[in-house]
Amino acid sequence: MSMKKQYGQPKDNYHLKIMLKSAAVFIVCLFLTLVCLVPVYLIVVNATRESNDIAAKPAMFWFEGSLADNWNTLMGNIDGQIEEINAMVGQIDENGNEYTQGRADADIRAVENVATAYSKAFNVVKGYLNSLIIAGSTTLLTVFFSAMTAYGLTVYDFKLRGAAYTFIIAVMMIPVQVSSAGFVRFMYQLGLINNFIPLIVPAIAAPAVIFFMKSYMKSSFPLDIVEASRIDGCGEYRTFLTIALPMMKPAIAVQAIFAFVANWNNYYTQNMILKNPNMATIPIMISKVLGLDRYYDYGVNYLCVVLSILPIIIIYFILSKFIIAGVALGGVKE
Amino acid sequence: MASAAQRRIKSISYAKYGYMFIAPFFLVYCFFQIWPLIYTFILSFQGNQATNGQFVGLDNYTTILIGQGTAAGASATSAEFWKSLGNTFILWFGNFIPQILLSLLLAVWFTDAKIKLPGKGFFKVVMYMPNIITAASVAALYVNLFGESKYYFVNGALLDLGLVEDPIKFISDPVVSKVMVMFIQTWLWFGNTMIMLMSGIMGINPSLFEAANIDGANSTQVFTKVTLPLLQPIMVYTMITSMIGGLQMFDIPYLYHTAGQKFSRELETVAVYIYYNFNTGTEAQSNYGYAGAASIIIFIITAILGSITFYMNRDKDEIAQKKQRKRAMKQYKAKMKKGGLAL
Repeated sequence: MSMKKQYGQPKDNYHLKIMLKSAAVFIVCLFLTLVCLVPVYLIVVNATRESNDIAAKPAMFWFEGSLADNWNTLMGNIDGQIEEINAMVGQIDENGNEYTQGRADADIRAVENVATAYSKAFNVVKGYLNSLIIAGSTTLLTVFFSAMTAYGLTVYDFKLRGAAYTFIIAVMMIPVQVSSAGFVRFMYQLGLINNFIPLIVPAIAAPAVIFFMKSYMKSSFPLDIVEASRIDGCGEYRTFLTIALPMMKPAIAVQAIFAFVANWNNYYTQNMILKNPNMATIPIMISKVLGLDRYYDYGVNYLCVVLSILPIIIIYFILSKFIIAGVALGGVKE
Repeated sequence: MASAAQRRIKSISYAKYGYMFIAPFFLVYCFFQIWPLIYTFILSFQGNQATNGQFVGLDNYTTILIGQGTAAGASATSAEFWKSLGNTFILWFGNFIPQILLSLLLAVWFTDAKIKLPGKGFFKVVMYMPNIITAASVAALYVNLFGESKYYFVNGALLDLGLVEDPIKFISDPVVSKVMVMFIQTWLWFGNTMIMLMSGIMGINPSLFEAANIDGANSTQVFTKVTLPLLQPIMVYTMITSMIGGLQMFDIPYLYHTAGQKFSRELETVAVYIYYNFNTGTEAQSNYGYAGAASIIIFIITAILGSITFYMNRDKDEIAQKKQRKRAMKQYKAKMKKGGLAL
């Protein structure tokens, strides 16, 4: 018996085992990929279908051509549909019934009702604008002031530094729910209901972001730089703005993405402050669509869901590498 | 040697800048978080609706906790609060268990150098995706796919295939709707937990895995004897943060309902309970008292859970420092014994 035969056997077995295991893992991952993607895919497919077709055959897996019609209904451009209905007046259907002016009028009214209901509940342009204002300004405030606070806690030595940092860590886990009753009542008293201020200004205080930025500075911000810039006669604020801030860019980028997404998605706070439909954001609008029980249109309904997730999905697939890396960083807690 | 300028700078106190840099955070935090928290505490001792703003003592607490209060229907209020607490726990437990098992399995696979997995990056991106979608939209997505009549996707497909005779009540049935919410929550969070656990596993010293492999451990042994024990701190951390997150579970249970309903009573979590009690749109109809009392109860539970993680993180650091000090001491002693005058 040769050596090769003696030792070759287990080795081949080992490789086979690894191969089989890898294949099994791959299949499980493929299955989970489908579980994650199919619901989203189906929503997109159904947004391209007409309401009556969906009702007749809800389970379809391929796109159809009614996306533009659904979009027009949502935007309130129903002239085309009304013309189509009017053109059908006088036609005889397969049962021998005439399509009368009266039936046409009823159908036109139904189309109008659907368009009004949806364009009122889901005014997509306004929703994008409101969400963008809130998410954009909160992101700027969060990253700037958190970087500033982290810088203050890292660079300067002062009596209350330890206490301040302990406080920030301690309050990091307080959920927003426990203070929201008082928050809303307080905002009523200040007359700040239906105002973006209670949604934007609190973003200045983000304990978790400060915690992250302070850890980042601890590992990759040499304090000698501050001293060097002092010797060169640079003021404290200028040192922060022109030297420290650019050096913290990686941490700022990660936190900016998360702040933007979190604020874009924040239904809870936005819904308790913004009661005026003109100020509604995308999450509020989608909840209004969910509440529609009359003048329902399946296709337009699906389109609303697609439009509500579209910006976030686009951002995600452009920045997914950063985002995944950011989540992994958040996982390493000391 | 320090230059004259350096010495001068060393003598200047920069403490006031420290305060200035952290002042905006504390001002805003006190105004928008601390005061509302204190105010919620005050509100929990004040009345509801018509008696908003009047001091009622512990009435709200006794009403929601033991069903004894001055307001009519105190026992019903209490039953509802306890039911919402029960729902919160059921929904949390039902999504945490499958989520942690799935995430752990995937994290171990993804970090196993022996498994050749093409498209690992793609899988990670796709599995994290649900977490980033607006939760309100996720609720709308599932409501649209799992609607309760034959006009909706899943029920339509099941009827077409002849698997069911009547549409399944995915949204209004007490049990099925809970299972659906558990599934949606798992769908939303397993990617996030997986990535967190992966970074935990990658933080384990690779030589430990190598040593185990050389000693002939199989993958089950490596998992139970190396990975799991070393992953324990991050697992406990994940569990407690998930519990705190579970107490805040709001968007999906609140929005997963049939049209025409305000929300589903069967899915009412504590967060939903608090929310609909104060967020009625008009001041005169709001139950700030009940909402406040429930908030404070949740705050206490969260504080207990939070301090566990807080001490865990802190203790670990201290233990590590102590160990280091001990080791340094030992080395020093050994040196003294050996060389004596080596210093």
